[in-house]
Amino acid sequence: MTENTLNRREAVKRILADRGDTLTVSSLGGPSYDVAAIQVDFEQDFPLGGAMGQATMTGLGLALSQPKRRVIVFAGDGEMLMSLGSLATIGAEKPDNLAIVVIDNEHYAETGMQRTHTGRGIDLAGVAIGCQFPVVRTIRTSAELEEATPLIRRAPGPVFALLKVSNEVGPLFPRNRDGVFQKMQFRRALLGRS
Amino acid sequence: MSDEQSQAAWPHTIYRLLKEAKVAQVSFVPDGGHKQLIQYCIDDPDMRTISLTTEQDGVGLATGAWLGGVRSTLLMQSSGVGNCINALSLLRNCQIPFITFVTMRGDFGETNAWQIPMGQSVKPVLEEMGMICLRAETAGDVEETVRAGLAMAFSAQQAIAVLLSQRLIGAKVFK
Repeated sequence: MTENTLNRREAVKRILADRGDTLTVSSLGGPSYDVAAIQVDFEQDFPLGGAMGQATMTGLGLALSQPKRRVIVFAGDGEMLMSLGSLATIGAEKPDNLAIVVIDNEHYAETGMQRTHTGRGIDLAGVAIGCQFPVVRTIRTSAELEEATPLIRRAPGPVFALLKVSNEVGPLFPRNRDGVFQKMQFRRALLGRS
Repeated sequence: MSDEQSQAAWPHTIYRLLKEAKVAQVSFVPDGGHKQLIQYCIDDPDMRTISLTTEQDGVGLATGAWLGGVRSTLLMQSSGVGNCINALSLLRNCQIPFITFVTMRGDFGETNAWQIPMGQSVKPVLEEMGMICLRAETAGDVEETVRAGLAMAFSAQQAIAVLLSQRLIGAKVFK
């Protein structure tokens, strides 16, 4: 198994550089921190702090309801392994404004760095190809990240990007976990005072 | 499903009330009891229907839809309720307006013992997760119950399960 060297925080920051009106949904644990590390409690981000396995479908619901906005889901490899069926649903529904970015460190970082199946040869990009995603990339280097970023941001999707990252976990910091607050600020920013 | 059931009026009542309530997205894991309602929704060009691989995915989907300003509902059989439990954290922690229509098995007149454990647990487990259960026992209950559920979901911002009794649907007959 080749060693992964990409830094997850830097990679997510690169993908979301000059993000404009891009919306994100992120899964519990590391991915929500990776997104919040750019701008904590930002109103165009909806970070999950639990409900493992629901990030990709929350992203699909948002993408279908806001077809003119780009929606990027950042999911951990553990999260994605828990909801493989959602890739089949997304592949079948074909939302062209949705991108799924799996931040794959091949471990359950939150719970003691136990190895996930992706560290044992299971290829989530292969699953996405099988689920008929029209754009699928595996990213291990900065050059590959540069090539894939415009696709994640703008290519007709659904796009699937497997970001192979190192085990390094970035610093943790205080962020809001009040789901009602997050819902309210997200909806107000997106929909106005409705 | 018998021909008699396929002519029942209550599925159209639910469809009509979903339209009145401006529910524009309908997800489901297919169930025989929901066959007619699913078809009405599929045939409606203004409704987006999403077939799921597991019922819990309908919870995330409805959450995302609500974040984007669209009302969504989940149609499932009682056995699917068990698949949803942890996903319901989303609804409770974020106070997402939600309504699901559950066709009951393991209920009135059930002949398949495998359906009993989950069917009999639907109401207590949903209530433990903070959902409010309303039950339609007969065809005469459907309109009033569904109206009440939609109002509680989208006006009072609650998570509602409308349980459609096996007495209403008709127990599946194994020959």
